[in-house]
Amino acid sequence: MKIGVVVFPGSNCDKDMIYVLSNILKHEVVELWHKNTDLQDVDLVVLPGGFSYGDYLRSGAIARFSPIMEKVIAFANEGGYLLGICNGFQVLCESGLLPGALLHNPSHNFACKNVYLKPHSNQNLITRDLDKNKAFKIPVAHGEGRYFIEEDQRATLAENGQILFQYCNASAKVNEEANFNGSVENIAGVCNAQKNVYGMMPHPERAADENLGNVDGRTLLESLLKGVEASLVK
Amino acid sequence: MKFKAEINVMPHKALLDPQGKAISKSMTNIGLPEITGVRMGKHIHLEVEAESEEAAKAKVEEACQKLLTNQITEYYEFTLAQAELEA
Repeated sequence: MKIGVVVFPGSNCDKDMIYVLSNILKHEVVELWHKNTDLQDVDLVVLPGGFSYGDYLRSGAIARFSPIMEKVIAFANEGGYLLGICNGFQVLCESGLLPGALLHNPSHNFACKNVYLKPHSNQNLITRDLDKNKAFKIPVAHGEGRYFIEEDQRATLAENGQILFQYCNASAKVNEEANFNGSVENIAGVCNAQKNVYGMMPHPERAADENLGNVDGRTLLESLLKGVEASLVK
Repeated sequence: MKFKAEINVMPHKALLDPQGKAISKSMTNIGLPEITGVRMGKHIHLEVEAESEEAAKAKVEEACQKLLTNQITEYYEFTLAQAELEA
């Protein structure tokens, strides 16, 4: 599979993502510079973490209007697969490709630590093959990760299987204590109704190399990539 | 004609504003416990070239809705005035 990783000025998790996708998961990976408008026939576009355009105005607000994003949005609207991690998730929400928005953590601290994620359902490509009762240990690194969505849209999100993961404790219990950034219903990531656009605050690419002692993130990425590959064959 | 707009962008009233909350708490530290309920937003100045005030207002509205605010979490209001001609 051919994967494109978008690089905005201020992206800083692009190299990690490229390393994991190419060296560990063995896919062909190309960098897509924000000023380019050619997606190079990729099967999946990844928006990495970082501080695109210095997070000026709002996180992701300016990146959303960069030249490459016009093509990325059109690609998604035609059913192309997207994955946004951290700042990439913020860009996808700002683009309107994903529902909701990401706000300042209530602590006003930059949260940089390992957290646990529980798959909410098995109704989307990233959670399809995952054990719903397992707590996946994945690092977070963000100051603005408080997921918010208007109350009248929350039930639909759950019913459609659009909630990817919820913050939980080490025993996979979703509770208030595990909700370190105050997200609505502990939500750590969502997908769109068509299930081709995925976004999450935690960084699976930072937990994908055996040398780092945790490969829970690799399991998540493998699950998504397997799903995307299967859908391409159809 | 050139117009000047001053835009206030604020977090929706129902949303927790951690910055405002932190500032509120700090008021006690500077000896002003009477001050509460701080909420923090953004104040944006811009200039717009348009044929009429109506047209300028429409441009500013578009900028607010497309880029300057995220309407899921923020609301805005603005004032618009014709820029003074340079002497």
